[in-house]
Amino acid sequence: MSKALLEVKNLSMHYDTMEGNVDAVKNISFEVNSGESFGLVGESGCGKTSVAMTLLQLQPDNSVITQGSIKLDGKELIGLSENDLRKVRWDSISIVFQGAMNAWNPVIKIGEQIREAMREHYPENTKQENMNKIIELFRMVGLDESTTDRYPHELSGGMKQRAVIALALSCDPKIIIADEPTTALDVVIQDQILNEIKKVQDLLGLSLIYISHDIAVIAEMTDKIAVMYAGSIVEMGPTKDVFKNPIHSYTRALLDSTPSIRGEKKKLKSLDGEPPSLINKIEGCSFAPRCPNRDTECNPSEHMRLVEVNPDHFADICSQGK
Amino acid sequence: MADNLIEVRNLVKHFEVSKSLFSRNKKIVKAVDGISFDIKAGETLGLVGQSGCGKTTTARSLCLLDPKTSGNINFYNPDSQNMESFDNINEDGLKTFRRNIQMIFQDPYESLNPRWTIKDIIKEPLDIHNIGSLSEREEAIIEILRTVGLTPPENYLGRYPHEISGGQRQRVSIARTLVMKPKFVVCDEPTSMLDVSIRISIMDLMLNLAKELEVSYLYITHDLAVARYMCNRIAVMFNGKIVEIAETEELLQNPIHPYTKRLISSIPIPDPSFNREKYLINFDELDKIISNNPDEKMVDIGGGHFVATHNTKEFFIES
Repeated sequence: MSKALLEVKNLSMHYDTMEGNVDAVKNISFEVNSGESFGLVGESGCGKTSVAMTLLQLQPDNSVITQGSIKLDGKELIGLSENDLRKVRWDSISIVFQGAMNAWNPVIKIGEQIREAMREHYPENTKQENMNKIIELFRMVGLDESTTDRYPHELSGGMKQRAVIALALSCDPKIIIADEPTTALDVVIQDQILNEIKKVQDLLGLSLIYISHDIAVIAEMTDKIAVMYAGSIVEMGPTKDVFKNPIHSYTRALLDSTPSIRGEKKKLKSLDGEPPSLINKIEGCSFAPRCPNRDTECNPSEHMRLVEVNPDHFADICSQGK
Repeated sequence: MADNLIEVRNLVKHFEVSKSLFSRNKKIVKAVDGISFDIKAGETLGLVGQSGCGKTTTARSLCLLDPKTSGNINFYNPDSQNMESFDNINEDGLKTFRRNIQMIFQDPYESLNPRWTIKDIIKEPLDIHNIGSLSEREEAIIEILRTVGLTPPENYLGRYPHEISGGQRQRVSIARTLVMKPKFVVCDEPTSMLDVSIRISIMDLMLNLAKELEVSYLYITHDLAVARYMCNRIAVMFNGKIVEIAETEELLQNPIHPYTKRLISSIPIPDPSFNREKYLINFDELDKIISNNPDEKMVDIGGGHFVATHNTKEFFIES
């Protein structure tokens, strides 16, 4: 059996707030193999970004990891010292944040900002070596060499986001986490950025964790997906299988509510209600209050667990979920 | 036959921006550069294009929020039952106009006053236009809350915007707009800030209300998949010009203009086994061709499908 590059097991995390504990991540397990694209999909507040932050051990101070492990290349990340973590971050696993293009320092040239990160990780490299690497990366993401000499305000949103991707690649990571990297961009630019991500991923053999609420983007970008709802993974499997044969009612609802420009124009179905607040403990099926397939035989307090319904395809099963 | 509600002819909106703080040379940004279209009563026209193409400027000109530079906009005045030009609107006319043309904004977090209750927010336009007695206004508010699905209405009247969710806020925006019983509503990406599962319910609500209250929409979006769901016809905008306009399915099945093709080919398809064909164009080249042909006319290729040819044949050669 090939060993997974990233192995997350039974991970749970909550935020300690004035109003009580917010269970943002509940007992999540997944694996990402080398070169694979893994998609995390769900609505805002479902815990997607919390998972990403926990993977990098960048979660805020009020968060508590209650159980689980995150193994990268067989090495446990939880409990590592800040010094050891610095070596893991960017060298092994890097992230493109949502809206990261707005995080550039406005008074420092783009190339200089990337070199700063590289200096930290490759103190032995000369300035020229690093600069050459940056220029090579810029070409890879479709930016002109001269862009390194520009200030952030001179670039368009799409160009800034490309530069962020170059920054994420600057220390040769094995995994890139892309957290809604195209949400603030319009469709044509989004298309270009997605192409760029796919291209560098193939070229460098990277693993990708792609986080989005957009089912259509996830369909195109990933080999495997996990659907998250209220902090839990409710369905996980090869992207094609999940789209062809969705099991969980929430997955089906997501697919039914996504408009497309292809095929018959179909009536889309909306989901009633709102996602539950994670501050209240939810016993059993968290989707029950909104589930369109709920009936009298359904027992919402029944404890849910992921069941392998097809090879590699897991879903939270209740009596209605078939 | 449906009559036109709005007629736009050669609408131009230029902004003057000075190149630098001390420079005397004014630079002109041609945000909207000579566009024409009609909107029929009860119809939804989609206006799609990338950010910065002039969609929102068009919307603001239509609502008289920004004065146009030149061109003509005619609006059907239900009081006089005539098409009236925006240029001839007097004080009284302006009131009628504002009652009949309303706008829904993109961001439900920023477009509602955080210190006002839902009731105050919806009541404001009624107060300004002095519609009905106080008790009639109360009734109108309760009825419109019910119409937009905020039930029971009594539970929402006293609440503040921060106490309700994003989807509910957008419903309040819609209620505030429709309480005036307008004939025409300009919607500027009203669902782009909402989550997928909530987005559809807002889109369905707007479609139902269009039928029920006989409202026409100008629906602005950059997402063709959303436009397909909402609109009868779609106009595609590029750099301040409309390059193609047609019935929705006709435009999607049979796009002619290279920019439309590029736009369609960049929409991700929610089907992992489908391989999207890429159609790439050189935007700078297209921009050059367009600015070299300032006076060109749209060509009717039948069935209300109009396309800008830029006096050149090369676009129409199929590869």
